[in-house]
Formats: sequence, structure tokens, C-alpha cells
Amino acid sequence: MIEINNLTKNFDQFTAIDNLNFTVKEGEVLGFLGPNGAGKSTTMKLITGFLSASDGTVCIDGHDISKSPIEAKALMGYLPEGAPSYADMTTLEFLRFIAQVRGYRGEEINKRVQHVLDEVELNAVSNQTIETLSKGFKRRVGLAQAIMHDPKVLILDEPTDGLDPNQKHHVRELIKNLARDKIVIISTHILEEVTAVCSRAIIIAQGKVVADGTPAELESRSKYHQAVTVRLKESYDLETDLTSLVDVAAVEKDAEDEMVFRILASQGKPIFAQVSEIAQAKHWPVTEFHVSRGQLEDVFRTVTQQIQGAE
Amino acid sequence: MGNLAIILKRELLSYFATPLAYIFIVIFLIANGILTFDVGGFYARGQADLLPFFSFHPWLYLFMVPAIAMALWADERKTGTIELLLTLPIRLADAVLGKFLAAWVLTGIALFLTFPIWLTVNYLGDPDNGVIFAAYLGSWFMAGGFLAIGSCMSACTKNSVIASILTVSICFLFVIMGSPILLNAFPEWVPQYLVDTFSAMGFLTHFDSIAKGVLDIRDFLFFSVFIAAWLCASAVVIEMKKAN
Repeated sequence: MIEINNLTKNFDQFTAIDNLNFTVKEGEVLGFLGPNGAGKSTTMKLITGFLSASDGTVCIDGHDISKSPIEAKALMGYLPEGAPSYADMTTLEFLRFIAQVRGYRGEEINKRVQHVLDEVELNAVSNQTIETLSKGFKRRVGLAQAIMHDPKVLILDEPTDGLDPNQKHHVRELIKNLARDKIVIISTHILEEVTAVCSRAIIIAQGKVVADGTPAELESRSKYHQAVTVRLKESYDLETDLTSLVDVAAVEKDAEDEMVFRILASQGKPIFAQVSEIAQAKHWPVTEFHVSRGQLEDVFRTVTQQIQGAE
Repeated sequence: MGNLAIILKRELLSYFATPLAYIFIVIFLIANGILTFDVGGFYARGQADLLPFFSFHPWLYLFMVPAIAMALWADERKTGTIELLLTLPIRLADAVLGKFLAAWVLTGIALFLTFPIWLTVNYLGDPDNGVIFAAYLGSWFMAGGFLAIGSCMSACTKNSVIASILTVSICFLFVIMGSPILLNAFPEWVPQYLVDTFSAMGFLTHFDSIAKGVLDIRDFLFFSVFIAAWLCASAVVIEMKKAN
């Protein structure tokens, strides 16, 4: 379990992380979201013990990162932002170095290195120097070193940044497979990734937590949650027909297509059945009619802009 | 194998993975040859010792050691690998010492490869090999002093060229500290103990006596403490600077 209490980090006058509190349990895949400069990477650097906190504590399975850093670090695998690795070493040499530092000796080293090479499919480039590898391979080398010791806690800073769609898919599958009995924290600004792999999402802005929940819970905060999208053949006044429905909040015209309308539900109540009844009774000239899920992007923009507006 | 040894090995191998180690060694040997035989007048002196060889070492190190020390920490910060290294379960002390020792071993290898000069002097005459051995050891310790300064300067900046220039400047200061030119420049009113302290910090003060065969444990102690102090300073600087 990771426990983060009152975590604060100041750089000179600037408060990068402002009194952060949360706990992450085994089996959770936590997506860490936020605009650029919100403090995602700083938080990860504090959790992994690279930076020391100005105030507050980080505990990894009961080990305080500032008091017993070696024990806490031994439990974690970390992929720093940009997946740095020693460019003049070959993939194999680099991974063998990591295996040694992680405490493996003798034949175990070969076994572990071979295991991670298979896991992230790096066998083809194992004898190439890292500087000659493509971005995707470099990122996989970074992932390989992070999972070397089968860590209880895996912290990945933008693990799929710069990968092509196939590689992204592969990394996400890898994270899902790893996640069962572990804690995984990934930072990302790709919102689809959160829906794809995370069981929980935290959105931070200006060093504060502004939203925390499952991706579905966050989506339901969107004004588009349960909204009914309608495409019409010809213009028709939807609003007058809908005035009788109390759960309908508004009707919004699509910005790009003037024949597409979104009927928004108030407080995310299900309105699909009611709207479709009216549509049939009044013979709306529809060609498309479907209910939409909330959009994480919309929630992300709303909560991160609220806090900026408040300051 | 402890973490210190693992880091030392990785660093040392990375010197030899690039041409750096080879270039360093080759130029060190060529420069030593030229300085000893041509500039130092090894043959003309007609004496069976290696004084002309050792007396150029402070000046040779001044330009060569920063080249291997400059990347110690600057490159780690520039490429971001420092974040990887310092989030592994190792102590900062192991990282600082391991990197320093790797560079020190490299200078040791270069120094060892000057053995043909020792063979030459033994072929030509009958030198005091005890003195020569002590001078070799002294030279290696002095190289360690230069490297320790370089380690600290390298921790100060992400730019290895700046680290190199800073290292040369500070090393130069420590080399000339004990020289008479500088000591005579002190005005009369400066108390003698200050001048003595100042002179005692100079590399030449300690190395000259070692090179001449005066084996004083205090000279070795000086370099050991000097190295330890600069390595501690490196650790402090790394801790302070790693955030930016």
C-alpha cells in the first residue's frame, strides 16, 4: 500500500505540490492526470524518493521513503519521464547492470534478464547499443528495467509517450497483466489510456487533487453523461417537444454539423427511454439516435480550468 | 559484489565502450614520453631516476584529468539517467564513490602503462626502485585529488564543457598554491601561519617531496583527506542540484 500524507513540495517560492493526500492499494492501477506543469512528474519523483518532500510523508508498504529509502526503493520499479538509460551500453549490458543492482547474482541474472527481454519483446535488439535504438525500443528498455525485480509497486511516467498505436496497445496489455497483485501508478495526458487500463484516476492541477474516482465515476461527472445524440434529416424544433421532460437540461447543437443535436441530461439521469418515446410519438425526422457516455476530456477540462479560474 | 563494485564496474566499462579511455591513455603516454625525454632532458641529466618524468605530472593531470571527470555527473543530469540511478536501491555514497573510483582506476591504468620508462631507467642505470614506487603511488593519489575536484564540478552543472573549465581553473589554483611565486606575492602583514596553511594546501608542496623520494605519510594523508572532502562536497551538490 502507498500512503501519501500532506505531501508538499516547494521550489523556492513556487509550490509545485500542495498538500497531497491519497492512498493506493494492491491491485489498483492509478492513472495520474493533469495539465502540463500540474505536478504529475514531481509527485512521482517524490514517491520514488528522487526528490525529498518539503513537508508530508510517503510510505511504501510501511517504509517511509525519507527514513528508510533503500527498503522503500527496493519495492518499487520506476520508469522516469523520457525513459532515460545509459546510451553507450547495449540493451543486455544495461539490463544486466540493473539486475545486479536489484540484488540478483550468478545464474539468476541471466534468468531475470531473459524473462524481461521476453516480456517486453526486446530480444531482437539485445546486443545493440541503446543509443542506436528507436524511441519505441528505448521506452521498452526503460519498462524492462522497471519490471526487472517483479516489483510490488510500479511507477511509470508517461509509459506510452512516443509509441505507435501497436506499441501503445502492447504496453497497455503489459500493464494490465502486471497489475493483478501490484500497485501501478501511471501518469499520462492521453485520456483514452485511463479508460483503457486504469481502475482509478486522479486529476491534479496546480499541485492539488481536483478529482479522484474510477474512470466511470469521473465520466459521469461530464455534462455529456447520458446525453442523447440525434441526427436529423431536416430542421425540426426539438426543444418545444422536450419541455415536458424535467430531466432534460438543455439541447445543444453540434459545433461542426448543424443537423446533429445533443440532448443533455440533468445530473446524469438516464433520459434515453423518455426521449425515444417522444421521438416516436412526434415522428422526429431522425437518421441517428444514440446515448453517449460521459467524456473524460470534458471532465478534465472542467475541473482543471475551475481551479485556474478560482485563483 | 556490493553496489559500490557494481557501479564501479559499469562506469569503468562505459569508459572503454567509447574511444574515451583509449584516447586518454594514448595521449597520456605520448605526452609523458615527450615531456620526459625531450622537455625534461632525461638522458642529458645522466641520472638514474625518474624526476623529469614525475615532475611534469601535476601539469599533465591539469589538462587531462578534467577530460575524464567532466562527464561524471554532468552527463547523468543531462540525459536524465541520474533519476534512474538515484531511484535504484543504492546509497548516494556508493554512487559518488563508485563513479570516482572508476575514473581513478582509469588514471591508474594509464599510469601503469608508463612502465616502459621504468624499464628504461633500470636498463640504463641502477635507480632506487622504492623511491620510484612511492612516486608512482604519490602521482596516482594526486590524480585522485584532481578527479575529486572534477567530480564536484561535474555535479555543479549539466554542461560537461563548463564542468571541465571549472575543474581546470580550480585544479590550477591548487597546483600553484604551494609555489614560491605565489607565496612571495603575499604582503608582509599577512601572518605567517596563514601563508603556511595556504602553502600546505598546494599540490606541488606535497607532490614535489614525494617525487624526490621523500616518503612522508602526511603527504599521502593530505591527498586522502583532500579526496574525501571533495567527494563529500560532490554528494552535497548532487543532493542540492538534482531537482533542476
